[in-house]
Amino acid sequence: MATHALAPATTAYRPGLYEWLTTTDHKKIGIMYVINSFLFFLIGGFFALGVRAELAAPGLQIFTNEHVYNEFFSIHATVMIFLFIIPMLAGLGNYAVPLMIGAPDMAFPRVNALSFWMLPLAGMLLLAGFLTQGGAAAAGWTSYPPLSEVGPTKSPGPGQDLWIVALTLIGTSSILGGINFLVTIFKMRAPGMTLFRMPIMVWTMLVTSVLVVMATPVLTSALVMLFIDRNYGGHFFDPTHGGIVVLYQNLFWFYSHPAVYVMVLPAMGVISEVLPVFSRKPLFGYKAFIFATAGIGALGFSVWAHHMFTTGSVFLPFFSLMTFLIAVPTGVKMFNWVATIFRGKLSFSTPFIFAIGFLTMFLIGGINGAFSAAVPVDFALHDTYFVVAHLHYVLFGGSVFGVFAGIYYWFPKMSGRMLDETLGKVHFVLMFVGFNLTFFPMHMLGLQGMPRRIADYASNAGWNDWNLLASIGGFIIGTSILPFIWNVFVSLRNGKIAGDDPWEGNTLEWATSSPPPPYNFDRLPEIRSERPVFDARHGRLTPHDEMGPA
Amino acid sequence: MTADARALTADPSAPLVLQEGHLARGISSPILGMLLFLTSEVMFFAGLFAAYFSTRAADQPWPPKQFDSILNPLSLILVATVILISSSFTCQFAVWSIRRGDRTGFIRNISVTFVLGIVFLLLQAYDYTLLFGEGMTLGSGPFGTTYFTLTGFHGAHVFGGVLMLGVILYRGMAGQFSSRHHDAVEAVSLYWHFVDIVWIVLFSVLYLL
Repeated sequence: MATHALAPATTAYRPGLYEWLTTTDHKKIGIMYVINSFLFFLIGGFFALGVRAELAAPGLQIFTNEHVYNEFFSIHATVMIFLFIIPMLAGLGNYAVPLMIGAPDMAFPRVNALSFWMLPLAGMLLLAGFLTQGGAAAAGWTSYPPLSEVGPTKSPGPGQDLWIVALTLIGTSSILGGINFLVTIFKMRAPGMTLFRMPIMVWTMLVTSVLVVMATPVLTSALVMLFIDRNYGGHFFDPTHGGIVVLYQNLFWFYSHPAVYVMVLPAMGVISEVLPVFSRKPLFGYKAFIFATAGIGALGFSVWAHHMFTTGSVFLPFFSLMTFLIAVPTGVKMFNWVATIFRGKLSFSTPFIFAIGFLTMFLIGGINGAFSAAVPVDFALHDTYFVVAHLHYVLFGGSVFGVFAGIYYWFPKMSGRMLDETLGKVHFVLMFVGFNLTFFPMHMLGLQGMPRRIADYASNAGWNDWNLLASIGGFIIGTSILPFIWNVFVSLRNGKIAGDDPWEGNTLEWATSSPPPPYNFDRLPEIRSERPVFDARHGRLTPHDEMGPA
Repeated sequence: MTADARALTADPSAPLVLQEGHLARGISSPILGMLLFLTSEVMFFAGLFAAYFSTRAADQPWPPKQFDSILNPLSLILVATVILISSSFTCQFAVWSIRRGDRTGFIRNISVTFVLGIVFLLLQAYDYTLLFGEGMTLGSGPFGTTYFTLTGFHGAHVFGGVLMLGVILYRGMAGQFSSRHHDAVEAVSLYWHFVDIVWIVLFSVLYLL
């Protein structure tokens, strides 16, 4: 059976740093994605703490002027979205997908390396904006014109251009990655791994990749137009010459709303692997979950204008209805997850706890999102802190908790050693408490009318206490990262040896050694269901076998 | 023997050996990759076309008065159009040649395609100078901005295609393609047809509509 000792892996790796710089191995590239994304998470977190420190009390304390504050929140969001969450999930997928479908590598290994190496380059270009005259991009992560166009009070410096170039590079990296995932999933599956036996993580990466391939180029087109307007005297978005400002918003959100699903579907995939393993049950409603994922992907293309209700130039009933509709497949998934845990034999290991964090926090993010889908409510809440609360409950409470569930889950596979459980739980508790302290008060601030993207507020507006609370919470989140980093360093040296299958997993990555050899598998167990390793461990009692030979 | 058949007859604890499993069936990976890449390209041009149609709908008259009949379909651009469409045919002839294993025919047809691509680019560059001469630039309101952005990005794609054709031609002359092994040729021809179709749409929309 493939779960016990495999033939010793003769190394096909070159020594040391040279190997890491030149590798085309999906596992090494996946790990580099994760490390690179984590570094940008720290950088993005630094900017977030700057924002929270400034907002802790009325008046300007940290920053000398509002422009620097604008740079901070713009770069915070850009880094977190484009250089942390999206590539972090792509990195986990890069590591897991070929292993999960029993493939030796991605379909295009060199393209895979190219996709990765564009990211640190783009990140450096983006941050280089701080060194230029006029500073980094300061028009928000959305960079709407006219704010982002050239003009006396707008974004005159090259920082905004660097932002455009960085995002174009990241978009190209995403598109190449998406193509690579799709070809890998369609062409590289092991014998017996039919589409409806693929792990949910693979399905979510498939749908995510479709979204990436079809939506990202539209963002690229918008960025190209913005660049032409800024640098070559074009008039796409300049109404004084017949251009249309809202055109940019339409194109931007045509990408950036599906991008929300790019940022959350793989995290849903991660917890759909984690919850069954730690509940000792199969995922409830495997096929329903897949159709719900595909449904979210399809509906994701028809809701972009709910970010633009207040522009007055979109058809409100349609986009409101579609936005409510997308809650249906999401609700199906919620039911899948809860029913999976229900009456399971739960083991509260760190990956499972983070997955529960995802479930609860994403639920809140879904509900306060549905509020905003109602047009009249949205008119009241648009551009207030309520929206900031909503998006962080989805992208932090959802995606980031999912990311950490995945890191705790696959770290033993990647390194061969277990992470420390106690430190992991300290990490979770600090992060969970800090997260809710930071972002729950933002609901109240939003309902009280506090607009987003302001550096200062009146001391008699009644916003002081909630803001102070949110800032304290922000620094608790910052602190929560320390036990995690400590955990990684300690465990890499002294962690318990993991063995091939420390969690008694279901999917094929647990059928090879930890870490896997360069070619991934010497041999594979039979694949008769979406849980081949479970089947192999428990005497292959699959429905197919019970029927016997025909 | 299929995997399932073996599972029923052989010792059930015997694992499948990997290399027996990954059979090459269906569409090849490079061609599927190119088709997906072209999907993303379609969406990129869709974004540009969206900008074109929305600014055109908002700005009347279109074209603006001073450029009333500047985009005349019965001019040099028609020659360029005919040349690009012909190159799609010669490209396909090249694919059919190499599928038959006819390397000489392949090299001849790819060379013609390569030259036609370059001629198209030269004609387009010359046409740009004519338009500049009449005062139409990227800064001539959305009319000029969309025209030069759309045709410029199409031209850049033709340039990329010419580079790919050059690589294919070089590899073909080095004898790297045969009737069984020519995925790169198929992929490049798909790309070239895509560039051609985009031009047909562009020509129809910019000059005829």
